[in-house]
Amino acid sequence: MSAPIIEVLNLTKHYGPVQALRGVSFEVHEGEVFGLLGPNGAGKTSTVEILEGLRPADGGIVSVCGLDPQTPGDAFKQEIGAVLQATALPDKLRVGEAVSMFASFYKRRRDPASLLKRFGLEEKRNTFYSHLSGGQKQRLALAMSLVNEPSVLFLDEPTAGLDPQVRREIYTIIEELKKEKKTILLTTHYIEEAEKLCDRVAIVDQGRVIAQGTPRELKHRSAGTTRIEMRLARPESDAALKQLEGVADCHASDGVYIVHSTRVPQTIVSLVKYLEAQGNELSSLDIAAPSLEDVFLELTGRSLRD
Amino acid sequence: MRNAWTLTKVRMRLALRNRAFIFFSLIFPLIFLFLFLGAAVRLFARGSVTAVPYMLASVLALTVMGSFWGLSVQLVTFREQGILRRFRVAPVGPGAMLASSIFSNYILTLPTVIIEFVLARRVFHMSDWGNLGGVFLLVSLGIITFAALGLIIASVTNSTQETQVINQILWSAFLFLSGATVPLPVLPIWIQRFALFLPATYLVTGLERVLVAHVGITQIGAEITALAVSAALAFFLSQQLFRWEPEAKVGSRAKALALATIVPFVLLGLWETTRGDLRSTARTDFLSIERSVPAERPAPAPSTH
Repeated sequence: MSAPIIEVLNLTKHYGPVQALRGVSFEVHEGEVFGLLGPNGAGKTSTVEILEGLRPADGGIVSVCGLDPQTPGDAFKQEIGAVLQATALPDKLRVGEAVSMFASFYKRRRDPASLLKRFGLEEKRNTFYSHLSGGQKQRLALAMSLVNEPSVLFLDEPTAGLDPQVRREIYTIIEELKKEKKTILLTTHYIEEAEKLCDRVAIVDQGRVIAQGTPRELKHRSAGTTRIEMRLARPESDAALKQLEGVADCHASDGVYIVHSTRVPQTIVSLVKYLEAQGNELSSLDIAAPSLEDVFLELTGRSLRD
Repeated sequence: MRNAWTLTKVRMRLALRNRAFIFFSLIFPLIFLFLFLGAAVRLFARGSVTAVPYMLASVLALTVMGSFWGLSVQLVTFREQGILRRFRVAPVGPGAMLASSIFSNYILTLPTVIIEFVLARRVFHMSDWGNLGGVFLLVSLGIITFAALGLIIASVTNSTQETQVINQILWSAFLFLSGATVPLPVLPIWIQRFALFLPATYLVTGLERVLVAHVGITQIGAEITALAVSAALAFFLSQQLFRWEPEAKVGSRAKALALATIVPFVLLGLWETTRGDLRSTARTDFLSIERSVPAERPAPAPSTH
């Protein structure tokens, strides 16, 4: 494996009395898409903002492309590209002007016109930033992050707040970047994003990395639990379902009950019996392989959405 | 420097696409021009030679001082909206951001000043151009100084609302206590003394001197020095106090440091209070309006309405 292009060792950060990072460590290798997965407030954005040079760390060692992000001067910024959690530009700035302006700041730069074409913004070249849709703004943010052919690309929650269709568009773009062997550090709280896009994932919770590896490796660690997704004719309480045999956890979301079971056959039998006793019945039932959600649940006892 | 120039061009485009900017930077100063110079012509209907240049000095000062209002609000808005943050991850420093504010403001303000000058000459029949070199120098330094003061205000305020409150207080002082709207010699003595500590006063009286008395640049050395030192100090301090992040609140130490910007004017004010002749020259220029009425021209009949 190539030498790490990003190295983070025992990173700590606090905001007043709140300890946001409690010794985060990981490495990212060249050409790798590395994901920081965790719920809101886990410390993902603090980590990535320290790596982007936006915030100083309180402790620990950080190196990106062999440079300390807090090094004065432009050398570090010349090497990185970033899509911030919320990118904002002046309302009356045109799309073409934004890309050209950011390109002009760098020594190594790509042709703005080709970037606009690549991100499907060619026809929006003369459109004001304020007139773009959420997806177009995010595509523009991605185009701007690539103007300098960065050695490392930071994507902080690149699909947060976007509708599913736009999210898929962004996934396609990131998959293309992955094929080009770009080094990407991605933060997300979407399981499917981490599973679909990342070569390796670090699961972050309460300022600590609680597990890391490839999505496959992490899911294998969670072989002890299986996800059972079901719909019921009438609602039941989560608490009652948690009492069933073999159930490690249960929560309902949009009418779907997600049960994590350590012993699937026993759980199914006790579930059927329980529903019969309640005069209730199953509308649908799916037994799924463990996901990163299951891994998170197993490690923390909480859902990513909690 | 290249980044500063790129940003300057972008800032200029953004400003010209903003209707509020067009109104407050071009239309509004021209309203002032017609109001002030129209009043000068009407009040001194017998044709005072210096009434129009005297009032033009006020109008030019108001145009120049407008710099600080727009720039401070814009910078704080950019910070609040997270726009500055996006620039922060690019190789752009505070110096380029701030210099582009000043450059763009300078380039966009100069045409208004020129239009005002030309209208004063063509529409209001100003008899001559005054000391044009002195006017150019004072206007240039004035734009830079007041823009830099605006950037200092942006550095020490945490929200657009706070910026507007501080701007309102300073703007009112600049407007009414410096001689820009009400001639300094007719203000109460205590206000005249207070005015000696305001940067606006040096701009107004400097412009009056070069436009009305046609004095040379050496005779407005104090005004030029105060404006130049203040501009340099304000720019330096605004770079030191620059904040990219909306949540990075300014400390009381930074606010105290920002007050250093007014040091040149405090020193100059003290010097003027004890030894200077600014008030007397302002009075001479003001009185010249009446003295410069040609004696041979008959006064018009008193108005019956």
